[in-house]
Amino acid sequence: MRWFWYASPQTFFPLAGTIARWCGVAAVLLMIVGLTIGFFVAPTDAQQGEAYRIIFIHVPAAWMSMFLYVVMACWAAVGLALNTRLSGMMAAAIAPTGALFTFIALWTGALWGRPTWGTYWVWGDPRLMSELILLFLYFGFMALHAAIEDPRRADRAAGLLAVVGVVNIPIIYYSVQWWNTLHQGASVSLTSAPKMAATMLTGMLVMAVAFWMYSIAAAMLRVRCIIRERGDASRS
Amino acid sequence: MLAAARTIVARDLRVAMRRRSDVAIALLFFVIVTSLFPLGVGAEPNQLRAIAPGVIWVAALLSSMLSLGRLFAADHADGTLEQMLLGAAPLGVTVAAKAFAHWLVSGLPLVAIAPLLALQYGLPAPLHGVLALSLLLGTPVLSLIGAIGAALTLGLRGGGVLLALLVLPLYVPVLIMGAGSVEMAAAGLGAGGQLLLLGAMLVVAAAFAPWAIAAALRISSE
Amino acid sequence: MSEFFAMGGYAWYVWGSYGVTFFLILMELILLIRRGKQGEKQA
Repeated sequence: MRWFWYASPQTFFPLAGTIARWCGVAAVLLMIVGLTIGFFVAPTDAQQGEAYRIIFIHVPAAWMSMFLYVVMACWAAVGLALNTRLSGMMAAAIAPTGALFTFIALWTGALWGRPTWGTYWVWGDPRLMSELILLFLYFGFMALHAAIEDPRRADRAAGLLAVVGVVNIPIIYYSVQWWNTLHQGASVSLTSAPKMAATMLTGMLVMAVAFWMYSIAAAMLRVRCIIRERGDASRS
Repeated sequence: MLAAARTIVARDLRVAMRRRSDVAIALLFFVIVTSLFPLGVGAEPNQLRAIAPGVIWVAALLSSMLSLGRLFAADHADGTLEQMLLGAAPLGVTVAAKAFAHWLVSGLPLVAIAPLLALQYGLPAPLHGVLALSLLLGTPVLSLIGAIGAALTLGLRGGGVLLALLVLPLYVPVLIMGAGSVEMAAAGLGAGGQLLLLGAMLVVAAAFAPWAIAAALRISSE
Repeated sequence: MSEFFAMGGYAWYVWGSYGVTFFLILMELILLIRRGKQGEKQA
């Protein structure tokens, strides 16, 4: 089975390079297309003016931040269950990129919120809270991984943390949402996104795939670095 | 299996009683932190009454977290932990017993003292029961989740702060439900829902955390 | 052209978002490539 042949770090190493190159090219092309749609094709929004164009970064970044965490947790789970080296390395390779997109989502969200709803941040909105906690979960993963000398133990410990965290994310989301609907204090309606013209949705989707291709490329580059650093790159 | 659990709980309690200062320090921390807020925020009674549930809950969170370092450190240092890993009793039972003993010593006292602190903040008497109940349901969850973090960071340098970074995000739902229950009761809306959710969290944590703690201990002890 | 940059008065917000995003992505790539080169040197 070809799949299991690639499960060894040294055979995966060149494949990772190839994937990185292809996905990198795809990412650049898709970003050009996406940004063209976002800036030149999509019409100006009636209520939010030009400020809504931030959505073409904000929403894809938010989607990526959550998607990458789930993927990271899956690799971690596989590594813990099957005791494979490469799976743990993949999880560690994804984490920084995931944290990056989480930060971008929060940052662009704040800059979108200020002109449209008058505030950079709202406590009590489930999505904002979950995104912020997600950033801390990524940082926790990276910090735990960095604090452990032995790479295998680091992969496994951080991996377990990722699996525990992935269970927690929906719980956090629903806790805040439940608390908020009863509380009815923070009544800033952050769901008033502009009505989706078809072009807006297309632009967002294209950017989302662009970010996805970029994430794969970055993760592949990073896993190559990890493989090299652990001395697994050339062992015949 | 139950006998093993009972032995471990008894042993941990006996050890804790010998180091009574550790236990007292955690409790003292809880009291001091709750006393700091009025000094920082101002003595306006309405404001204090409003922030009381949140402050008391955050203080309980921090205090519970501080005492987590003790959970496995001593056993790890003198080799008892390895005995437990190799022992006949299932590791899940062992760690559940340790977490329970830890809660008896560091969580339950908080539940007992909380009404006094609530008095300090001017929280009306009917709410004290809700506060105590929310802490009673929530602090074991904190102990269980925290134990996962303690097991993962076993023997690491920078342990305490790293443990905090790992565990505080996971504590958030418990905090939201716990403080929220008292706030709901204060608003006259009934705390039943939040308390039930806290109970549900406790059941889920009790069912799954021991497995995660055991896995974490094995990872940390290779 | 200047209309494009002004973004209807929201220039700081829009370009602040896009700017930081692409800056961070670029930084990540540069750091990764540098890390890779260091790894090659040591191997």
